[in-house]
Amino acid sequence: MPEPLLEVRDLHAWYGESHILHGVDFEIGPGEMVTLLGRNGAGKTTTLKSIMGIVGRRRGSIRFEGRELIDLPSNRIARLGLAFCPEERGIFASLTVEENLLLPPVVRPGGLGVDAIYGLFPNLRERLRAGGTTLSGGEQQMLAIGRILRTGARLLLLDEPTEGLAPVIVQQIGVTLRRLKSEGFTVLLVEQNFRFAATVADRHYVMEHGRVVDMIPNGELDANMNKLHDYLGV
Amino acid sequence: MTILGVPTQALFGQLLIGLINGAFYALLSLGLSVIFGLLNIINFTHGAQYMMGAFVAYFLLQWAGLGYWWALLIAPVVVGITGIVLERTMLKRLYQLDHLYGLLLTFGFALIIQGLFRHEYGSSGLPYSMPRELAGGQNLGFMFLPNYRAWVIVFSLAVCLTTWYVIERTRLGSYLRAATENPALVQAFGINVPRMITLTYGFGVGLAALAGVLAAPIYQVNPLMGADLIIVVFAVVVIGGLGSIMGSIVTGFALGVVEGFTKVFYPEASNTVIFVIMALVLLVRPSGLFGRAS
Repeated sequence: MPEPLLEVRDLHAWYGESHILHGVDFEIGPGEMVTLLGRNGAGKTTTLKSIMGIVGRRRGSIRFEGRELIDLPSNRIARLGLAFCPEERGIFASLTVEENLLLPPVVRPGGLGVDAIYGLFPNLRERLRAGGTTLSGGEQQMLAIGRILRTGARLLLLDEPTEGLAPVIVQQIGVTLRRLKSEGFTVLLVEQNFRFAATVADRHYVMEHGRVVDMIPNGELDANMNKLHDYLGV
Repeated sequence: MTILGVPTQALFGQLLIGLINGAFYALLSLGLSVIFGLLNIINFTHGAQYMMGAFVAYFLLQWAGLGYWWALLIAPVVVGITGIVLERTMLKRLYQLDHLYGLLLTFGFALIIQGLFRHEYGSSGLPYSMPRELAGGQNLGFMFLPNYRAWVIVFSLAVCLTTWYVIERTRLGSYLRAATENPALVQAFGINVPRMITLTYGFGVGLAALAGVLAAPIYQVNPLMGADLIIVVFAVVVIGGLGSIMGSIVTGFALGVVEGFTKVFYPEASNTVIFVIMALVLLVRPSGLFGRAS
């Protein structure tokens, strides 16, 4: 494997007094699409938030392009080329669709232009003047993904982008993710829906109780189905 | 000529006074709204900072010979910087706590600042003359309009509308609105939210100081000038809805005018009419006329 783009070692994180992550280890190579699977409360979202620097307290090592992130505030982390799409989507009600789309500043050259984003999500172009939260859930998800593609970030952290969406929209997001992969984006994806994850990802990390307990290459998913069912309790 | 039995001269006179008071209500409640929106702090020091603006104008004239126009530029910056120091050293420790702590700290500061100025300058007021360029007035036929008062109304309206435009229609404003909703996410997009909060507080405080400079030629420079005014301004903010930019501006001017007309038609109520309206609004729409229900 080439030099990892992101390397997480012995990552611990706390919300107030509660110790959520207990030494998470994994890495992602450039251009890879990797998922974090696991049950509710396993620490998947907290792992993404820790990488982005938006948890209460964290310890350990998070290296991006060889650079240590653990002591940086989240605005500095974003400027290095990481972008986060939260589970609740984080569309701003007091901003129009267009303002939401243009909100994240460009941190590096090489991001998608707005026209390319409208190409991926044509619905957005028709609603530019509307309030951000007047969009449907699926459109809000497209807006939440679309706005971080502009910034030039090379590592995208996506938290459950398919949650609660209609199958046709899940498909559209799948198409988008494969397109992003072909354009060289690196993606760390948190997913509950591993059937969806299997259609897009190269590898899967399984989390339990605040640790990564297993890694399954996508090609070996079928052979490991029983184990995976055990992990996920499905 | 009379309208409803009141001489038009008196009616327009009170309308003018109402608009002048409304201009100050609007500038001050606008600053309070901007600060509350982003910092979640009810800035009780606002009245003292308005007073400091007037005093800085006075000092500039006494010590440096710099007149009104310089004061209009320098006082908001100087007082804004004191606000930035206050925010960096103390207010920023309170954001995670209940509103009440911010209110107590800023209220305590208001008392300390007003006490110091009163100790030094008494409470009788120091004269500050209006700029020569704005002396005199216009005879409009139905009333006499002093130039300085016209200037205060036009200038404060321009400042209010510019502020509204910047917040509601520009990219900087979209950062501000977004950070009001979800500061952690805005920071995770690469925006230095703590610095934006500091500058926003400095800006809100600067607006108060600007109002203080505008007020100096009308009301004199007095250590307690803000203490009297700020109580009414808080009522205005409650009526308009805390955090609404256009709400602060419209409510500020409108209540000034309502107060002015009350002086014509029922003078006994002119000091209380705003508080009566506040009580009614709280009963019917607790989040204020322009506020979003939370």
